[in-house]
Amino acid sequence: MSSNEYPKVYLYRRIVKAKLFIDAHYAEKIDLDNISDEAWFSKFHFIRLFKTAYGSTPHQYLQSVRIGKAKELLRAGKPVSDACFLVGFDSLSSFSGLFKKITGETPSSFAARYQQNKQAIAKNPLAFVPGCYAYQHGWTENRNFEETDN
Amino acid sequence: MITKMTITNIHVIDQDSAFDFYVNKLGFRVVDDIPMGPDTRWLTVSPPEQPDLQIVLFPVKVSKMFPQETAETLIALIRKGVFGCGVLTCRDVFATYEELKLKGVEFIKAPTKEFYGTEALFKDDSGNYFSLQPISNFDENDI
Repeated sequence: MSSNEYPKVYLYRRIVKAKLFIDAHYAEKIDLDNISDEAWFSKFHFIRLFKTAYGSTPHQYLQSVRIGKAKELLRAGKPVSDACFLVGFDSLSSFSGLFKKITGETPSSFAARYQQNKQAIAKNPLAFVPGCYAYQHGWTENRNFEETDN
Repeated sequence: MITKMTITNIHVIDQDSAFDFYVNKLGFRVVDDIPMGPDTRWLTVSPPEQPDLQIVLFPVKVSKMFPQETAETLIALIRKGVFGCGVLTCRDVFATYEELKLKGVEFIKAPTKEFYGTEALFKDDSGNYFSLQPISNFDENDI
């Protein structure tokens, strides 16, 4: 069966187009009307189809993309407020609340934990690799990638 | 008593390219990306909803593990498409197929209704192939 032969291919392409629109424009002020317009659906029909295909509403998906991108920015060392506004939130409190609801921790504790972990890895990377793999790779013999005090 | 699988391997030809494929195209999450000396890194990823399974993107290159002949043979077999690396699950095969095609993923089988369910097959950037199947309770008639 070719890609043009399966049923409702035209519907799928429009739903996927809407998802990719969210992926590309998450940082902008987009709302459901923008997204359903992009997919050429009525709002109600669009929400139902999107949820069937992806298991979450377009709004829930947009929020999860924004929080995922915020995590990337925090890992890269951006301040919490920068991460908040760069992914499209208007309010720091709504960002922090949603971040905690989705990830289970606040943005600042997430960032602190990540940086702490990063420092521990830099100090002793082999401690974070299963011993069997490190041995097979020869990393336990060739430790010259580790930082030395010299 | 074995309780679960925690780490498994996918042998890849180029780790940087595999990173782009699994993270940016398939949407896997990076678990560890730790430099281990020149041109070597400990790189593991997880499917988005399966964070406790680490998949090592294991580079095949001449090393203690892979003598020259072994590495060359393995690379040739991967490129040839000999290795099936398992079944990846999504909610909707048709939507996932359309999205991955737009992202440049090479499919060797478009979504097809088999006696065991709907399935598509695609290759990673090295040549390993996967079956793509829907979650068990997904009803395509809902679309």
